[in-house]
Amino acid sequence: MRKQNKEPLFHITKRKELPLAKVWLVRLGAIVAALIVCAIVTTAMTGLDPFSVFGTMIDGAIGTERKTWILFKELAILLSVALALTPAFKMKFWNLGGEGQILIGAWATALCMIYMGDVIPSGLLILICFVAAVICGAIWAMIPAFFKAKWNTNETLFTLMMNYVAIQLVAYFVIIWEVPKGSGKVGIINQQTMAGWMPYVGTNSYLLVILCVAVLTAAMFVYLKYSKQGYEISVVGESKRTASYVGIKVDRVIIRTLLLSGAICGLTGWLIVSGIDHTITTTLAGGRGFLGIMVSWLAQFNVIAMIFASLLIVFLEQGAGEISTSFGLNQSFADILTGIILFFIIGCEFFINYKVHMRKRSGKEEA
Amino acid sequence: MKKKVLSLVLAFMMIFAFSVTLTGCGGGDDSEDAAFKVGFICLHDENSTYDKNFIDAANAACENLNVEAVIKTNIPEGQECYDAAAELVDAGCGIIFADSFGHEDFMIQAAKDFPEVQFCHSTGTKAHTEGLDNYHNAFASIYEGRYLAGIAAGMKINEMIDAGDITADQAKLGYVGAFTYAEVVSGYTSFFLGARSVCESATMEVTFTGSWYDEALEKEAANKLINDGCVLISQHADSMGAPTACESKGVPNVSYNGSTKDACPETFIVSSRIDWTPYYEYAIKAAMDGEAIDADWTGTLATGSVVLTDINEDVAAEGTAKAIEEAQAKLEAGELKVFDTATFTVEGKTLDSYKADVDTDADYTPDTEVIKDGAFLESEFRSAPYFDLQIDGIKLLDTKF
Repeated sequence: MRKQNKEPLFHITKRKELPLAKVWLVRLGAIVAALIVCAIVTTAMTGLDPFSVFGTMIDGAIGTERKTWILFKELAILLSVALALTPAFKMKFWNLGGEGQILIGAWATALCMIYMGDVIPSGLLILICFVAAVICGAIWAMIPAFFKAKWNTNETLFTLMMNYVAIQLVAYFVIIWEVPKGSGKVGIINQQTMAGWMPYVGTNSYLLVILCVAVLTAAMFVYLKYSKQGYEISVVGESKRTASYVGIKVDRVIIRTLLLSGAICGLTGWLIVSGIDHTITTTLAGGRGFLGIMVSWLAQFNVIAMIFASLLIVFLEQGAGEISTSFGLNQSFADILTGIILFFIIGCEFFINYKVHMRKRSGKEEA
Repeated sequence: MKKKVLSLVLAFMMIFAFSVTLTGCGGGDDSEDAAFKVGFICLHDENSTYDKNFIDAANAACENLNVEAVIKTNIPEGQECYDAAAELVDAGCGIIFADSFGHEDFMIQAAKDFPEVQFCHSTGTKAHTEGLDNYHNAFASIYEGRYLAGIAAGMKINEMIDAGDITADQAKLGYVGAFTYAEVVSGYTSFFLGARSVCESATMEVTFTGSWYDEALEKEAANKLINDGCVLISQHADSMGAPTACESKGVPNVSYNGSTKDACPETFIVSSRIDWTPYYEYAIKAAMDGEAIDADWTGTLATGSVVLTDINEDVAAEGTAKAIEEAQAKLEAGELKVFDTATFTVEGKTLDSYKADVDTDADYTPDTEVIKDGAFLESEFRSAPYFDLQIDGIKLLDTKF
């Protein structure tokens, strides 16, 4: 009965480029599958009608004008982080320090707002905050880049550790700035004077932040696609040896790119503190330094695709929050749904790039 | 590359369209907005004992008044709080409550932007100086509840001394606090004074976690205190960290925010908590009737805002219930004051004058005389506590927060 069968149940081969129609079939299938799994999980675990849960999610993300603005604000911040991390990742420099670089930019902004709030006119103060944040972010990224370029230290660990240094530094300053003493809360900085706050456009407090990121997105698109430096990044990413062979100074490109990456992270910190939150906490970056990595990879470093990748993630997040409010479900449930959807969307790329061959059925044997 | 862009655009659109079409029939059209809507903003969800206490009160108050509660959980102490408040305004809420100290500035911001809606913030300190008609603070004289819970702790320790488990000078309490500001100081001091009122030799060690909700840190802190020789633990932080640490080490625990008896049947003695229902009912009714709400509202034993849970008779010392009852009657009659200056010293001296930082400012300026007729007048000049004295007998292990 038992046949000697050395062929595994299935094996995997790399695909050649799939025809576009088929690619779309796979993706569509993945999304349908994701929604079906979500629906089953929802009904099984909560007994709720899954469609009203989906509906609530959409409502939570774009149900009102304000919610839509909040969605775009969140999108802008996440996109800004993804844009910051992309040049480094494209160069195969694993910058896991986005969180710390954002935080240090935020810290620099808060520092300027607190100590110069009463002294310097707000317009100038905003500019000073901006410069301080960008410089601090750049320095925070340059330190691991320098060590990598000079002594080939492991940038993954180094950038990751720099996050904790930044968090502790902020924690230290929160204790200096906290009001009232001992509460561990800085509160809104310059709430009465609004010194150092980015101005509202009309009555809208988020539009300027969104516009800033739009400009940044365009600039990054051009930089990566059309500039010589952008090209150098691609070459270094493909192969450092090739890069040095064609006369690119790899060390310089690494440091320069990380300076840029850190600077934009710092800028994001500035946007958060000066434009949105007007306060500083150790959790201000809120995991975006890591989420940005996902956006960047999901979009395969394509700037325009990143807009939509960020939108997808922010949409799911904002929508998920509404589920817990409307149905009295725990936040974790919303996270489960988000997880399922992302799992399928990311997972389906595997089937686009690889082909799975099942073992041929032999005779009457049942699987 | 272009394909990638397209793919994401389409992926997104498909999810969107798919769910829209499917939900089109699913309703969402229950527009019976006749009921008065009340918004609640919570820092965490019901996994936090602190937030659960609020959520329970919110639901109870809204049910009693037959109004609709809209509860937003897991709202951080940042712009998200403002956004949540604004969304609740959009949803038609006439009054909005927030539960965490760090929400305050963002609630004030929202109160400024939406003058037609009432904003109430529990534990905050700024309403009396902010001067907004629609922004209010509330707290309760929880120091009285902690004092009573402290009596239960002191009696338990007396029982241990009588049984010969410990000597009188080993009567050391442990306390896990979140931060080092007045709200926590007032809490642990009143707890300690309650314990010492029945067990004269009691001392206490306090450690801080620097977070309102960090289960691992709170557990670690409780374990540290137990290893340090503390024979009974209480806490002012919001996870189950300290109670469960006590349960696994068999050390009695006086809890906070509500009963933890189910999880800790062997060690739970009693818990004090603030019942927010009376405040919520008061404020919601006022908002519905268009009446003014107090800038500072302090719940008391008399309003039913300061309550103790049932005593766990398996763990508590004999006669605890009676002792608490007697002390409570005296507190309510005004015969007994928690912060009677005759019962504590600071650096060896009895105080006859102290200026506290009642009006919150960045320089922590002491501005108000708070000792009068031999007692520290807590929650008199604003609802949130301002007792921040370090009294003798309590040792702070770390004050870095």
